[in-house]
Amino acid sequence: MGRAVNSEAGRFKPGDRVTVRREDRAGHIRTPWYIRGKTGRIERVYGAFLNPESLAYGRDGLPKRTLYLVAFSQGDVWERYLGSEDKLLVDIYEHWLDPAT
Amino acid sequence: MSDSHDNGQTSQDHGHEHPKHELSFYAKRIYAIRDLLLEKGIITEKDIQCQIEYQEARSPANGAKLVARAWVDAAFKRRLLADPKAACAEMEIDATSINEFVVLENTEKVRHMVVCTLCSCYPRPILGRPPDWYKSFNYRQRAVNDPRAVMREFGLTLPDDVEVRVHDSTADIRYLVLPVRPKGTEGLSETVLATFVTRDSMIGVMDALPSAPPV
Repeated sequence: MGRAVNSEAGRFKPGDRVTVRREDRAGHIRTPWYIRGKTGRIERVYGAFLNPESLAYGRDGLPKRTLYLVAFSQGDVWERYLGSEDKLLVDIYEHWLDPAT
Repeated sequence: MSDSHDNGQTSQDHGHEHPKHELSFYAKRIYAIRDLLLEKGIITEKDIQCQIEYQEARSPANGAKLVARAWVDAAFKRRLLADPKAACAEMEIDATSINEFVVLENTEKVRHMVVCTLCSCYPRPILGRPPDWYKSFNYRQRAVNDPRAVMREFGLTLPDDVEVRVHDSTADIRYLVLPVRPKGTEGLSETVLATFVTRDSMIGVMDALPSAPPV
């Protein structure tokens, strides 16, 4: 699947378990509500991108943020999901992720 | 600018036609902004026409060409998966406006499906404008929490041992699904194969057509 987009490494590597921050703040947030607080695994490191939370307000998007593809088991996201191997994959910026405890 | 800028004017007064039916708030706002940009000389009528033509020229035919080539040429498929934008350039498809482009390969055991739950992110240079259902709240909600039911509505019922992988394209990446080549299509030309590749099969809500559509 696709190329590694750029080579800038971040804090996490593929396979790491991460939990999405459960933050509630205003702004151009690209982390969907339903995934906040959920735990998944880093599937791919996409590299560093300008931060959309800054770009959306006409600012420079710096510092860049590492973007990850994070894979969640559907059963971990929705209580009543049927289909045990199914995955939900979400693109999430590093400042929304913590190491899973 | 007033919200009814046609009052007291005919279309000849400012050079373009407006729809005759009642406009929504957002439509009125768009026309008002357009008129301001024209009046101030920031853009011209020709710019608008060129942009419309550019938007209309981008269509799922681009994606179908990529898929059909990948089905008949294993080396091209490897390049498409490894560096989709370079593969597009090779096919003279302009994907340069996509920030980053990733191709998801379906197999007999894995199906991918793409949604943008936050808005309507979509690989427009490859697939054109997204269908209305792609932008609906219904799809955006159910694609992530009940994708198998969405696929069934599009006519695709998957066995339990097939893994469904839903991509919520929330950020800078645009995704295209590379559908499985239908059985019994060996020996068909690339041009014929492209007619099996529907827009919806590249969003991933259904497979490629099992047979070529009637001409």
